[in-house]
Parts: sequence; C-alpha cells; structure tokens
Amino acid sequence: MSSDLTRLLDFADTSREQVVAILDTTEVMAQVLQRPVKRVPALQGFTVATLFFEDSTRTRLSFERAARAQSADVMTFAGGGSSLSKGESLRDTVATLDALQVDAFVVRHPSAGAAHQVASWTGAAVINAGDGRRAHPTQALLDAYVYRQASGRPFEETRLTIVGDVAHSRVARSNAELFSLLGADVVLCGPPTLLPRELAALPGVRLEWDVDAALEGAHAVMALRLQHERMAGTRLHSAAAYADRYQLDERRLAAAHPDAIVLHPGPMNRDVEISGELADGPRSQIRAQVAAGVPVRMAVLYHLLVGKGNR
Amino acid sequence: MTEKSTLLNERELERALSRIAHEIVENAKGANDLALIGIHTRGVPIAERLAERIAAFEGVRPLVGKLDITLYRDDLTEIALQPIVKKTEVDFGVEGMRLVLCDDVLYTGRTARAALDALVDMGRPAVIRYAVLVDRGHRELPIRADYVGKNVPTRRDEVVKVRLVETDGQDEVVLADLGTGSP
Amino acid sequence: MSKVRLEGRTWIRNATIVTSAGGQGRGDLVLADGAIEGHQPQGPVDVEVDATGLVLTPAFIDPHVHLREPGQEVKEDLASGLAAAAAGGFGTVVSMANTDPVIDQPELVKALTTKAERLPGARLRPAAALSVGLQGRRLTDAAALAEAGAVMLTDDGVPVADAELMRRACEWARELGLVVQTHSEEPTLRGDGVMNEGEVSERLGLPGNPRSAEAVMVFRDCEIARLTGARVHIAHVTCRDALDVVAWARERGAPVTCEVTPHHLTLTDASLASFDPVYKVAPPLRGEDDVAALVEGLRSGVVDCIGSDHAPHTRAEKHRDLLSAPFGIANIEVAFAVLHDALVASGRLSLAALLRLLQDGPAAVLGWPAPSLAVGAPADVVLLDLETERTVDPSRFLSKARFGPWDGASLSAWPVRTWVRGREVFRR
Repeated sequence: MSSDLTRLLDFADTSREQVVAILDTTEVMAQVLQRPVKRVPALQGFTVATLFFEDSTRTRLSFERAARAQSADVMTFAGGGSSLSKGESLRDTVATLDALQVDAFVVRHPSAGAAHQVASWTGAAVINAGDGRRAHPTQALLDAYVYRQASGRPFEETRLTIVGDVAHSRVARSNAELFSLLGADVVLCGPPTLLPRELAALPGVRLEWDVDAALEGAHAVMALRLQHERMAGTRLHSAAAYADRYQLDERRLAAAHPDAIVLHPGPMNRDVEISGELADGPRSQIRAQVAAGVPVRMAVLYHLLVGKGNR
Repeated sequence: MTEKSTLLNERELERALSRIAHEIVENAKGANDLALIGIHTRGVPIAERLAERIAAFEGVRPLVGKLDITLYRDDLTEIALQPIVKKTEVDFGVEGMRLVLCDDVLYTGRTARAALDALVDMGRPAVIRYAVLVDRGHRELPIRADYVGKNVPTRRDEVVKVRLVETDGQDEVVLADLGTGSP
Repeated sequence: MSKVRLEGRTWIRNATIVTSAGGQGRGDLVLADGAIEGHQPQGPVDVEVDATGLVLTPAFIDPHVHLREPGQEVKEDLASGLAAAAAGGFGTVVSMANTDPVIDQPELVKALTTKAERLPGARLRPAAALSVGLQGRRLTDAAALAEAGAVMLTDDGVPVADAELMRRACEWARELGLVVQTHSEEPTLRGDGVMNEGEVSERLGLPGNPRSAEAVMVFRDCEIARLTGARVHIAHVTCRDALDVVAWARERGAPVTCEVTPHHLTLTDASLASFDPVYKVAPPLRGEDDVAALVEGLRSGVVDCIGSDHAPHTRAEKHRDLLSAPFGIANIEVAFAVLHDALVASGRLSLAALLRLLQDGPAAVLGWPAPSLAVGAPADVVLLDLETERTVDPSRFLSKARFGPWDGASLSAWPVRTWVRGREVFRR
C-alpha cells in the first residue's frame, strides 16, 4: 500500500487503494488540526509552490495552509498580475521554479490539461487544483471524505446524484470519476442544454434530465453552482425557470434516501440551485466540506511527497 | 533475515514487563495522574499490558493512549518506508500529566525524539518518562530510557525482532542477522 | 353560412368515404358525443345529412397558420381565423407565435387556448416562440410553454440567426418531445429581397432573395437536428436545392420533416411581373423547375405535409408598393380547392395522396395519431364536393383577408360541411 503517487492530476491513474489511503490519512490530519499546536513536522524541508492562473483565493489559501501545517515552505505564484500568457511562458515559469528546487507544484489554470503539461516539464510532484472544466481532484476527495464521515454507508452501496450545470463543471466530472472508482453509482442531472450526452460514456455514470427521477434513492445529493452568465441566454431562459425545475429543496429531497446528505462545492447561489433552507438544514454537509479542504490537501501533499523513493 | 538467538522467551518477557510496571509505580509514587502512551505499533500492546499489571497491584488503572509518530519522524527514523499514517488516540488532556512513553526497542533514539515532539504539540505534560522492552545501543541522539526490560549490545548489521501475541501471535524477542536487502 | 349546433347525434348518409388509404366505398358515418360512433346510429338522431355525391374524410390539419391574435386583430383574429380554417376543411390548426406580444410566455399560450375553446371553428393548437420576443438571443422557457399547451417551438417569421441558440432550443425540445419548426432563410443572404433572385427579379429591377439563402439555412437546421436528435420541421420549402438538402440529410439519419405551401406548388415568380404585392411572400415564389421539384417531392415522400402558411394582411397593407408591403398570402379557405385542381385534377397526384399530405403527414410531424374515421376517433370530419365548379369569391370569405391570388378562379373541389368535436362548424 504505497503512496506511489507522485502526481494527482485526476483519478485516471489512481487505484482505489491509493484513494482510500488518502481518505484515511485525512482523518489523521483533521485530528492534527484539532490540537493546540496545529502543525506537524512531516514535510519539513519540502517546498510547495502554488501556481494559480485563475482567481481563487480560497483554494490557494487552503493548499498553502495544508503545506504550512506540515512545516513545508510555501511559494506563491499568482499568474494574474504578471505578464503571463499561455504555452511557453508556463513552461518557463515551471523551469524557474524547478531551479529553485520546488518539490511540489499545485496548479490551477483555465485551460484543461495545464497540470499535465506542468507534470511533463518537471520531476517534482504535481497536484491539479482545477484545470478548465476538466478536473478538480482534491475537491472530489474532500467531497468523498465528507460523505464517508457523515454516512456509515460503504461507497459500493452509495448513489451520488449531482444536479446542475454539469457541462461546465470540473467538480462534477471529478466526483463522477472518484465516486465511480470507489464503487458508487453516479447520476448526473441537469437541463438538456447543460448535460452533454457524451458523459453517459463515463463508467458508472447515468444521465437524467428529470430531477425527480435523478434524486430517487440518492444517498448523497450535490448541487452545482449556476454561473451568472449562463442564467439567461442561449441555454437557459432565466434563473427562475432553472430554479423552478432544478432547485434542490426539502420537497424535492423527499425522493432521495431518508438519510441522504446534501453537498455543494461552493460558492452558493442561495435559492437558485439550492434553497436556503436546505443549505442550512440538518442534511447539509456544506460546512463540513469547507472544513475538510485543508486536511484533505494535507493528506494529498503528504502522500505525494513522503512516498516510496522520494527523498 | 536469519534468526540467531532468543533474547527473551515468553516467561522472561512477562517478568520484564512486571518489573517495569512496578518501577513505574514506585517512581511515580502511585498511579494517579499517570498515563501510558504506546508508540505504534508494538508499543501499544506493551502499554496495555503494563496498565493491566499496574491495575492489578495498585487497584488503579492508568490511562492508556496510542501515538503515531509518522508525521514527526525524520527520514532516518527506522520505520517502514511505506508511511501509512495511523491515528493517534490520546483521549485525555496531557496538561500536567505524568506520561510514560512505551515502545518495544530503543535503538538510535529518533523514534523517541519524534514521540516527544508529538506529545509536546499536544500540551504540556508535567513529566515524560520512557519505557522500552529492549535497549540495543547505538544512540544517535541524547535519549535515555528510564525503564528497560533488557540491555542487549548489538552490531549494526543485526536486528532485534520483538514479537507479541497481540500483533504476531507469540511472545518472544529474537536477535537476527540483517542479511542482504531491506529488513 | 355555418351555424353552431349542439353536440347531438349526426348521421351522415350515403357518403363516398375516402381516406389517405384510398377509397372505402359508399357508406354512412354517425357522430355522437364528439366522437365517431360507427356506421349505424345507436340512439336518437338529431341531424341527418344526405351526403350523396360528396366525399367524406377526416378534417384536415394545418401545421402552419398565422391568426394574428393578439395584437394584429385588424388582419385576422381567432374567431375569423378558426372559422376560415373550418371553411377550408381544416379541423385543427397550429398557430404561429409572431403576434404582438409574441407568444413567449406560458400565460399567453393559456390565454389563446382558453379563448379558442369557446369559438366555433377548427381546433387551435398553439406554437410558442423559441426565443424571447423572437429576438433570437435568449431561450424561452420551453418546459413551461409545453406545460401550458404549446405543441411546437418556432420563431417563424424571423429566421434564428444564432446557430448556437437554435441548437440549445433543440436540446430542450428533444427532451420535452416538442417539434421545432424553422423558418429557414439565412438572413444576410436574404437581405432585403422581395422576390426570388433570378431572371425575373433582374428584369424587374427588384431586390432578389436567392435560393441559396434557403438552402444554406436548411442545411444548417438539418445538421442541428442530426447533432441534437431533436425533431426539426422545415417550414415552407420552396426550391429544388432545399429539397435535395432535406433528402440528403434524411439519408444520414437527421430527424427532419418538411412542408410545402399551396402557393409554392402553384405559383411562380413570373406572377410578380404585375408588381402586385399580393404575390409577395417569404420565402418567395420560385421558378417552374422548383414547382416541378416540389410536386415530385410530394410524390416521392420527401415532403411530409402541406402547411398553408396562411398569412393574412389588410387590403391597405397589400396595396402599398412592393418594397414596403408585408410578406404573406392568405389562403386557408381556398387551399384544398387550389391543391386539388393543380395536383389531383391534373392527374399528378391521387386524391388519397393529397389527403395524406393534409391528414397523416401533419399529424406525424406533430407527433399526433393519424386522423381516422374509426370508432372512437374524434368527430372531426369534412364533406367535400369534388363535382361542383365554383368561382372564388373573396367577399364571402370568413377570413378578414378578403382577397388573394386566386380571386375569380374557377375551382371545383370544395369543403361543404365541416364538423369539429361532432359539432358542425362550417356549412357552405
């Protein structure tokens, strides 16, 4: 049971055992964060660089905290201000940081595959913090972790239903990939203009455009944020029309399993994709998701850096 | 790895633990505010057994905790190269407590150093003592055990293997040659 | 003049029964409680009709009419339009959404169906707009419109220029089981053309609308049908090129249907030599070869149905100059007579085939069961007189548009009585 992982770009090359090991370590890391001294020396001497080409203070800070809580050094590279364009400049940036002996890159980029590109240019560990609409593996891990902690149910007996703008969601794709890898059933649901039929080809995944059919028997229900630009245009008539048909609320959740938990990757549009009442209610694990970000990322950094053959 | 000799058989192991249990209580002047912290993996059953014996003759069972030091090791700490992190279970506050770290073998001292760092991050114990079943020498850090089952001088190409019923199905301590490859 | 009768039992006697399957011989048909009861009355009869010498067939379906209500009632309204449809032998019509306001909200759909229910005449099945206000920028709430009773999504009148919008509307329609009708003309190629671009337009010095504008857009809409899997219905195909595109697309599995209007089957751009805006229509009247291709399309099955595109305007509007007069030909009352004369009487098409284009064809396009005279079927039937020659007298039209291209023509295939829901809604 090694942590042979040297990169986490998505779950295509990970085994179920590796993923479960990360979830187990997350529990330990969560405990560390409960102690008076919220730090362990496990990654002392390692340098972690965050390479964020997309605005996301929350996720970047989460990764940096995860690195510092294990006594690693952190370098922050936010692509917004500098004269960074795509392609070659990305490579130069990686080369520069490589020369500074960075041990792990955490990469977020609007273009799908950017983390793969970075991984091809360096021997350091690479973590994909979100590439275009393709993947966001640490989000999926924290969602799986929260589910596991909140529910006693094994993944093999679990149905996860994801509702919303699936077409543009890397969270949906990564969750579908991960939960399916763990043996769960996954249902992707959304308006026909936001639910690409090609996704039916993903293993373990079923598409459903009727939300009530999609929620039936679900043990975990996830709402995706509806981006403002999409609310009224060529794909949707209006936010109200969307909410009418797809908003997750107490009434709709009656179709799901009585113990079903509710997730949302955030940030939320209250009363658009999810009712305020459901988001704040007893089924909601949204706060737990927020709290799980740092321990999950601590576990991922740990497994990637302190693995077999590293150092 | 080829076994050469038995350092402690079942009976001898039992007696060593009994003596250590008595020494602990004598030193602590009783079993109050006393907690035994077993270092994963084999330090845990050792701590449990010591607690039982103390309970038997003192009538008070000390608290028992389990400590995983994976996150505190340095790269020379001699644990398995696959760093599976186990949970630390110390369900009581360590503030002002008399703690006794329990482990199977004391060698370079790095495990003990990591354990001390972990404990100190949990709070401020009044006193930390250290109990081991076997001290095999070759310290690399200024660490000393307070309670020792048996002192055994060894060579660097030898390994001391502790087996306990709880983890290995039998009680014994053997000496072996390292041989080729990893232990 | 037609009178509304209560839904009693009607016994139609000694009619020549013809359906899209062919002649069924002479016989009787009884209508009771809004449905077909059978060949013999099973109770007291209120009305007996001697149908000797008349053809009895299910009432026609028109998938494409402009009823102009709300907002343009001076040209036509629900009452006049539905009555005119019944006079044309139609039992059901699908109304287009380019009214004022545009039918782009569920309340407007409901308002139409509620009002139409109380009017004597053909049944109304409304289409709703594909984009808000027909602006071509934002989707309407297709699901809500379908729930309110819309049977079709269309921006007819205005081509949907944004292919992405068309695609997304089709994705919704696919899941909702709605058909998407398209007015397929590429707007920039079409430009300000008032008639077919060709020899005649050049000679007359009038801006032309080339066939390519239609062919290009028909191709696009067929491809979007294929891409999304939605049922797309091409309205008013007018030229050989467009028809060839539809045939090609269907071979490749595109779920596409198409319709042809009575005027495109019988008139050509030569008519515009008179500079009379009564012939101004979009897409425009084309040439002889196109007419031949369309007729061939009726026979081969590439064309699925007739759609009248009944588009009434006021006399004053059509008395303007050619450039500023509105597009559209009002034809629903004479459509059957014109088609029978041009196609059946001339031997190019059988009566049964024509009936199929007016009954089964449109029903299939809309996903409805084919009209039939079977027991239990809705009592929507029409009696046709295929013998008596009559001159087209627009002053007697029930439509408000009392003028048209066939005024004064001698035609001899006329609906003489129409029943909808077992009630007589038209009598000549």
